[in-house]
Amino acid sequence: MRFKKAGNNMKISLKTIQWNKFMVYIVFLVVFALFSATLADKGFVDSRNIMNILRQTAMISIMAIAGTFVIASGQIDLTVGAVAAMTAMIAALVLERTNSIILALVCGLAFGALAGSVNGFLVTKWGLPSFLATMGMMSVIRGSAMWITNTAAVPIKNFAFNNTFGIGTLGGISVLILWTIVLYIVGIYIFNKTSFGRHVLATGGNEVSAGYSGIKTNRVKMMVFIMSGMFASFAGILYAARMQAGRFSFGDGDELSVIAAVVLGGASMGGGTGSVIGALAGSILMGIINNALILAGLSTAQQTVVKGLIIVIAVALSNFAQKKKR
Amino acid sequence: MSQVLLEMNNIKKSFGAAAVLKDVHFALKKGEVHALVGGNGAGKSTLMKIMTGVYTLDEGEILIEGQVQQIDDPMDAKKAGIAMIFQELSLVQTMTVAENIFLGEELKKGIFRDVEAMNRRAREVLEELGLDVDPTTPVNQLSVGMSQMIEIAKAISKNARILVLDEPTASLSTSETAHLFKIIRELKEKGVSMVYISHRMNEILDIADAITILRDGELIVSDAIENMDLEKIIFYMVGGKSSQKKFEWVERAYDAEGEDLLRLEHLKVDEKIKDISFSVKKGEILGLAGLMGSGRTEILETLFAIRTKKGGTVWLDGRKVDCRHPWEAVQAGFALVPEDRRKQGLVLEHSVRDNAILPIVQQVVKGKTPTIDDKAINEIVNRDVEKFNIVTSSINKRIGLLSGGNQQKVVISKWLNTNPKIMMLDEPTAGVDIGAKSEIIHIIRKFADQGNGVILVSSEFTEMLAVCDRIITLFDGRITGVIPRKDIKEEEELEHAVQESGE
Repeated sequence: MRFKKAGNNMKISLKTIQWNKFMVYIVFLVVFALFSATLADKGFVDSRNIMNILRQTAMISIMAIAGTFVIASGQIDLTVGAVAAMTAMIAALVLERTNSIILALVCGLAFGALAGSVNGFLVTKWGLPSFLATMGMMSVIRGSAMWITNTAAVPIKNFAFNNTFGIGTLGGISVLILWTIVLYIVGIYIFNKTSFGRHVLATGGNEVSAGYSGIKTNRVKMMVFIMSGMFASFAGILYAARMQAGRFSFGDGDELSVIAAVVLGGASMGGGTGSVIGALAGSILMGIINNALILAGLSTAQQTVVKGLIIVIAVALSNFAQKKKR
Repeated sequence: MSQVLLEMNNIKKSFGAAAVLKDVHFALKKGEVHALVGGNGAGKSTLMKIMTGVYTLDEGEILIEGQVQQIDDPMDAKKAGIAMIFQELSLVQTMTVAENIFLGEELKKGIFRDVEAMNRRAREVLEELGLDVDPTTPVNQLSVGMSQMIEIAKAISKNARILVLDEPTASLSTSETAHLFKIIRELKEKGVSMVYISHRMNEILDIADAITILRDGELIVSDAIENMDLEKIIFYMVGGKSSQKKFEWVERAYDAEGEDLLRLEHLKVDEKIKDISFSVKKGEILGLAGLMGSGRTEILETLFAIRTKKGGTVWLDGRKVDCRHPWEAVQAGFALVPEDRRKQGLVLEHSVRDNAILPIVQQVVKGKTPTIDDKAINEIVNRDVEKFNIVTSSINKRIGLLSGGNQQKVVISKWLNTNPKIMMLDEPTAGVDIGAKSEIIHIIRKFADQGNGVILVSSEFTEMLAVCDRIITLFDGRITGVIPRKDIKEEEELEHAVQESGE
């Protein structure tokens, strides 16, 4: 068979479809339909409940944008939860001293960029595996967040800050949801429409080939870590504004939820694949499951067990789909 | 001499329509070192893979000590006492020498591993081979040469009586080679038979007792080494090829007296390859010919800044270039079609389109925005697919699913899109079918005709003689000759040139 013209390249048949990429949406729809049917009387499908889910998952969703870049480039970043907590502390402290929203934002995002640069440095210059480098840094950053006020929470009394980044609404929609949408548009654009996105995928797909093709793979990895740090620090700002305080314990365990969302979204842990919008679906899927289990009246212990099982099954499904492709 | 240990009679093997072995005979005597020689695609490795159970034969029989022996899988071969020593070492790097020797067959005391007994037994085996190494040393602390000898020790400890050595000296230093030969001679005394595959004729003449030469899947000659010399071996290997289809040399017009496009002065790669000087004219195709380990690949990798240059100067188009990263080399105007297409040239999981556009994707953008122009990319890739006759159902097909030849055409087309001045190709036609081969040769010629330079490394001399205007021969990291293509009448001459140390 010779090649076909560009128009035919778009043709999708059941055989050529990349099941692993779409699995998250299928699981999403099935789970949603299931809960809608069984939990309708408990208010699962109420628009208020749906908005609630989206609001609760906003931080994970936002961190999962950069998380997609990290995993697509073949790396892993375990510092995101700690960076969010430290940023919340920094923002709260800056607001307490200066009451300047701009300064709080700048300091917070600068910390995220710094944390990302350190991770990138450890991985690209010192050659540490990213799992270990970021695991160590996670502890350093989380510890610093505890240290800075001796574990005391710092209340935020700047109403404009809290309103803009946490508790406010615009046209009846929570600002958290609006920020999520804005950042997803940016993330999807960078991932799918810029050469940087291509370079990230190539670096994760085969670092040697990418390097041999003239791609600055170390710079790509550095950029990806900085991006991850900055998205995490923005999530930290949202945490601080939503809770109207800085607390060292924010985002505890978020790094794993982010990885789960990204992988559910169709990325392979080995790098080279990934979908930003898929990560959003993954993140919301986990939020839905969480919410439904609460509505169903499960205890916290039961929720934790069921949540874990659902993640395992969903990832296994997309894994099988990927194998079938080969 | 002594009796025949192993006999392979009337061996036939085809892959699809291609007959790789056509009625081959091979006989190995007890305690003999038997060289197996032939060009690429002659069928050497297929024959050995049949012997070691990797492939099954289509027709023919294998006899061991006169008894018909069924070898259907590697376990059968192992039971029969046949072991292959791989080019790519198969030791577990993090385990000790003793652990590797007993891997899968650990000695036990009750349910626990008997580490002491294994170390003791390993020490005996090593001493028997005259290897001065502590069995508790982790393998990753050993040199390549020593690791290879440990592999031999491992095979011997499992009572192998036939060893297949595939290019064992390719990555060994002179002293390591001498040590290996000492061990080979000792094993011979003990009655172990060895098949010795190599392109290095001097070594074969030194170590082998007998030689079998294959060409295009056919047995050409099998004789005692006393009846052979370098001339004869080369003649049997490549001689009389005129009858068969080969690539025609087309004399190309370029200004041989013109200015240098690329000039290397005293390039130093490492301690072995330390003084390489040559130049490439505009429009010239230069070949680097040499055996494995002669430095041909290393020179290309240094020009492309994959290896760090240790010294010397490189001039490209009259300007001194000093690249420290591959991306700097790309910007300077170099392109490299690497030796291992799958590991170094492509992202196999990605589409034809993504691979073809990779080096220039940042340039195909809409106006001054950073937005990549998908339509323009599709046009470029579709044009390449058409121009280079790349057979794929769609440009969005995963490149890993394409044939070797089509994959290689994508690699070459991706580099042509960067408008390089110098294209370096390392074994560009390895694993590529004959049709795609001639297409690739055509692309190379056309690229040079546009006033660019090409450096070609290939172990297929027919191909080299078909395209190169000038050939540099390398031996052990040194340039031993510069031969204009016009002066080469027969492939034998080139084969001869790469075998010699130039002293």
